[in-house]
Amino acid sequence: MTEIERHSYDVVVIGAGGAGLRAAIEARQQGKRTAVVCKSLFGKAHTVMAEGGAAAAMGNVNPSDNWQVHFRDTMRGGKFLNNWRMAELHAQEAPDRVWELEAWGALFDRTKDGKISQRNFGGHEYPRLAHVGDRTGLELIRTLQQRVVALQQEDDKLHGDPEAYIKVFQECTVTRLLKDGDAIAGAFGYWRETGNFICFEAPAVVLATGGIGKSYVVTSNSWEYTGDGHALALMAGAGLINMEFIQFHPTGMVWPPSVRGILVTESVRGDGGVLRNSEGKRFMFEYVPDVFKDKYATTEEEADRWYTDQANNRRPPELLPRDEVARAINSEVKAGRGTPHGGVYLDVSTRMPAEEIVRRLPSMHHQFKELADVDITREPMEVGPTCHYIMGGVEVDADTGAASVPGLFAAGEVSGGMHGSNRLGGNSLSDLLVFGRRAGAGAAAYVDGLTARPKAPEEAVRQAEAEALAPLEREGGENPYTVHHELQQTMNDLVGIIRKADEISEALGAIEKLKERAGVTGAAGGRIYNPGWHLAIDLRNMLLVSECVAKAALLREESRGGHTRDDFPGMSPEWRRKLLVCRLDGSTVNIEEKVQPSMRDDLITLFERDELKKYLTEAELSEYDALVEKEA
Amino acid sequence: MAATTSEVRKQRAQIGVRTLRGDRWWLAPLGTFAGLTAWLLYALIRTATQSNYWVDGYNYLSPFSSPCVSASCAEGARHFGTWLPEFPPLIPLGILVLPFLLGFRLTCYYYRKAYYRSFWLSPPACAVAEPHSKYTGETRFPLIAQNLHRYFFYAALVVSLINTYDAVYAFFGKNGFQMGLGNLILLGNVIMLWAYTLSCHSCRHITAGRLNHFSRHPLRYRMWTWISKLNAKHMQLAWITLGTLALTDAYIGLVAADVLPDLRFFN
Amino acid sequence: MGYKAKFRVWRGEGGDGRLEDFTVEVNEGEVVLDVLHRLQATQTPDLAVRWNCKAGKCGSCSMEINGKPRLGCMTRMSTFTEDETVTVTPLRTFPVIKDLVTDVSFNYQKAREVPSFTPPAGVKPGEYRMKQVDVERSQEFRKCIECFLCNNVCHVIRDHEENKPNFSGPRFLMRIAELDMHPYDVADRKQAAQDQHGLGYCNITKCCTEVCPEHIKITDNALIPLKERVVDRRYDPLVWLGDKIFRRRSEKTS
Ligand SMILES: Cc1cc2nc3c(=O)[nH]c(=O)nc-3n(C[C@H](O)[C@H](O)[C@H](O)COP(=O)(O)OP(=O)(O)OC[C@H]3O[C@@H](n4cnc5c(N)ncnc54)[C@H](O)[C@@H]3O)c2cc1C
Ligand code: SF4
Ligand code: SF4
Ligand code: FES
Ligand code: FES
Repeated sequence: MTEIERHSYDVVVIGAGGAGLRAAIEARQQGKRTAVVCKSLFGKAHTVMAEGGAAAAMGNVNPSDNWQVHFRDTMRGGKFLNNWRMAELHAQEAPDRVWELEAWGALFDRTKDGKISQRNFGGHEYPRLAHVGDRTGLELIRTLQQRVVALQQEDDKLHGDPEAYIKVFQECTVTRLLKDGDAIAGAFGYWRETGNFICFEAPAVVLATGGIGKSYVVTSNSWEYTGDGHALALMAGAGLINMEFIQFHPTGMVWPPSVRGILVTESVRGDGGVLRNSEGKRFMFEYVPDVFKDKYATTEEEADRWYTDQANNRRPPELLPRDEVARAINSEVKAGRGTPHGGVYLDVSTRMPAEEIVRRLPSMHHQFKELADVDITREPMEVGPTCHYIMGGVEVDADTGAASVPGLFAAGEVSGGMHGSNRLGGNSLSDLLVFGRRAGAGAAAYVDGLTARPKAPEEAVRQAEAEALAPLEREGGENPYTVHHELQQTMNDLVGIIRKADEISEALGAIEKLKERAGVTGAAGGRIYNPGWHLAIDLRNMLLVSECVAKAALLREESRGGHTRDDFPGMSPEWRRKLLVCRLDGSTVNIEEKVQPSMRDDLITLFERDELKKYLTEAELSEYDALVEKEA
Repeated sequence: MAATTSEVRKQRAQIGVRTLRGDRWWLAPLGTFAGLTAWLLYALIRTATQSNYWVDGYNYLSPFSSPCVSASCAEGARHFGTWLPEFPPLIPLGILVLPFLLGFRLTCYYYRKAYYRSFWLSPPACAVAEPHSKYTGETRFPLIAQNLHRYFFYAALVVSLINTYDAVYAFFGKNGFQMGLGNLILLGNVIMLWAYTLSCHSCRHITAGRLNHFSRHPLRYRMWTWISKLNAKHMQLAWITLGTLALTDAYIGLVAADVLPDLRFFN
Repeated sequence: MGYKAKFRVWRGEGGDGRLEDFTVEVNEGEVVLDVLHRLQATQTPDLAVRWNCKAGKCGSCSMEINGKPRLGCMTRMSTFTEDETVTVTPLRTFPVIKDLVTDVSFNYQKAREVPSFTPPAGVKPGEYRMKQVDVERSQEFRKCIECFLCNNVCHVIRDHEENKPNFSGPRFLMRIAELDMHPYDVADRKQAAQDQHGLGYCNITKCCTEVCPEHIKITDNALIPLKERVVDRRYDPLVWLGDKIFRRRSEKTS
């Protein structure tokens, strides 16, 4: 047994994406000694890949925009399953969070009068996304990273040690949360670089580990997205909600095979790109669902006019929420009107001069040129749905980000509720900032309120160590890469964009078997930077999360947002009132139903009755009527 | 940042060879070396011989010998006057400005790159190890003087004016306006010299590069965008002007030596 | 469409290691990183290589391919002939941890030495007004994905380990230029660029620009303009005189 490196902090933030960094900055600003732990190098987290922008109702481009409109769009996008308090806070605070970035050095694209420019995006009524070309995530993470550095420089001046109050532990993976009784007491992990173990003693842990996309074959997500935070929370006793809702982004690359799934940003459509099938038809006009009928154009002429005159025209159906577009593409391909490589065409080349395309969509131009040998200024792109984002995650308190386990907090993609059953593009980056800050503040306040520091039992540390070492010690175990690939294929085929009860059950059977096989995987090689070993450890998390997804998907007998059941195609007002909460019991996942709380009076009356009646039960509607009457 | 307690031995990958590049990386520095050396030799020989730099009547004056202000210069070439006594042999007639021109090109950001790579092999090509054991770059004397480039740029502006005067002067002979192939060559050379001089990085900086608020100086910003476009071609212009200078001088040399008749269009 | 490619990959821990030969399948449209992943999945499960996005956005997969610093995920196999041996080695300028993974902490250290963005006192978030033309130059530099290929290729430290303490490398000299050109930054960065970050070491030989996967014109747009700005402050006789006479406080150009 080797010596375990130990550190003591007030707050440990797991994840250095937008949410994690914002949380850490907040905790440090509140005077807490903070550690940030991340699997990759500092500044490489997934947030770096976000392209389109961060949604914030600043009203710079269209002054009619305000938080109420943003709130309505968010609820609509999530099909009213959102945690409305989160949606409210998000809409209210996003502008401040974006402005704050600017004061930390971010350089967004500008409007003519020198304010932050905002662009259109699917589901947003007004141009709302603060952006920098199509590399907004990079700007966001770099700014936060540089803010951390600025704080470290401050600490260096004050205390002579830049890492006195905030330290980044990069290429370090957390495998277990440690508890003292009911409460969080720290976290256990390993250095990827050396394979040595590290133990954090801390009363508060903020999870900001992002998503779960690596459980699917076709995904826009990187190797980091193995659902670690989701699994850590489960194992620590917290509940996960909305796990059945997975966003398949409508436009991922479909060819060549090695880049299948890599994202084609929605800005392509926001800036004028159109979808066509192999017959050259703009098919999206046929897929406008009833709930959105009066908000979207019915003719190509009207749709085209919208780009220049948004006040007097309705938006093109290419800008419907992602779930609608993804399903539409799926149906076109299934009906045999797909491209040779099984996608549809996304075309900007006929819509804008080449120069403009290169200016507005530089990284897309670059990406297609380099990876697919396609010049998007001359030819259409081939695109198809790709697993992109999980709406579900740790159930948290909206105001503080606190999970049900004392001392555990979550923010960003790993938390659940904010986006309901479907996330609007651009709402994630702002979510990271708003709730990252809130979780950091929540953790700091929690630490302040403690009378004694919890202490993790030594035994738990030793167990975590043994668990992590197991794959290395197994001679000739199963190849973790094979198990991983089979899981991805299973989830993709059986719990993908369109789901059926029997297929999901089949997937659950397969997951059970894979769980056994994952238990006997072996990793060749030593402890130093051994990706095979790391994958073997990650398998546990991916399997747990996949189980949650499949089980919740099987239970929810309706179609809503990121969950489409072939056998239950309609949206059901009764199901809207139910949240499915996953908890771990031993080594299996159990699901409980929970009632979705009703919206606060002043929020529900922001909507028209006509709209609400598509979502609410009769009982809820009569409550609404009573409210309106009272106010009148 | 990284594990401080790491027990991994940390050193660079021990790869024996100087580079693993398999392409012909040595071609570019070799070409530069050959090109610059050839040009320098040509210029040295032509200026040191003090001959065939002036075509009387057509008023062609080689840029290598301009301004020609010594008593050694041909009568007609002294259109700026006679400021200096006769030169001993081997001294270039244009000696008054040649140091500035040489200085301008020697401290030019492009030529620096070119000769650091091809003459000094520092580095010979990207990801190819350089042969020197120590390197201080432009941090100390003498190379710190490269920072004076901007003053050579100012001087080069004056020289460009002189060259322009020469080119225009050649159009006016005894019988008024005149034009031959030599005039066009002189003119082309001068245009290229201006393009090269204005595309200078120092020029780009002075016009507006030094500002932080372009929007408050719209005119300077417009100039800056224009010069930035030229600046992107600075390397090409550096070579083109070497070419046009040598060509102009050679043409005048050949005509002056009566080897070649000038092609006349007018008068 | 697939074929068997010959790969030579540097493998080892710490500095010791060697080039190992592999024969591995390659399919249409693949990049070098795909092939390395296939090696991981089929022959060498513990082959260490960094990557994240597989789309040239995160700057993790920096390596040297046939001697040239490149991103593994952006180097298409179709740029090689089928019988060419592809040699993959770790970045040379930084210490090796294992195989293709190097210790790039040098870069994070240098990042921390550049004083951060310093806005004037009194400007509140939300009050910033900047014209597009005023931010464009710095925006180009902010495209940087921190792959550190430029710092890796720069001969100042690649060939001279001893220069590391005195030279921040093109990446961070560019960061200084970015801040110096920021319309709201009020710190004087010119003296420090020369004295602490070693701008003078750069001999503008442009290898950083040649390898930058984001095609940032590092030398032309950041380093040379920064050198010129330094000249303004330090090598301009008039400024120098003025400084001497009026002991002028450092101040930025308008
Ligand atoms: C291609 C792409 C484009 C997108 N475009 C947009 C967009 O335009 N607008 C928008 O709003 N959203 C967009 N999104 C979504 C958005 O980028 C993500 O949802 C968001 O960045 C998630 O941020 P995060 O802070 O939650 O986590 P991440 O940024 O993913 O960070 C996760 C962090 O957790 C660390 N981590 C994970 N597990 C562990 C562990 N076990 N131990 C230690 N550390 C761990 C990781 O190393 C990483 O640092 C996009 C997503 C993708 C993939
Ligand atoms: S131009 Fe300067 S910084 Fe860039 S590689 Fe060359 S010497 Fe290094
Ligand atoms: S400037 Fe270019 S080469 Fe250097 S780190 Fe940034 S992206 Fe990489
Ligand atoms: S002349 Fe080449 S940079 Fe000035
Ligand atoms: S993997 Fe992100 S740049 Fe190559």
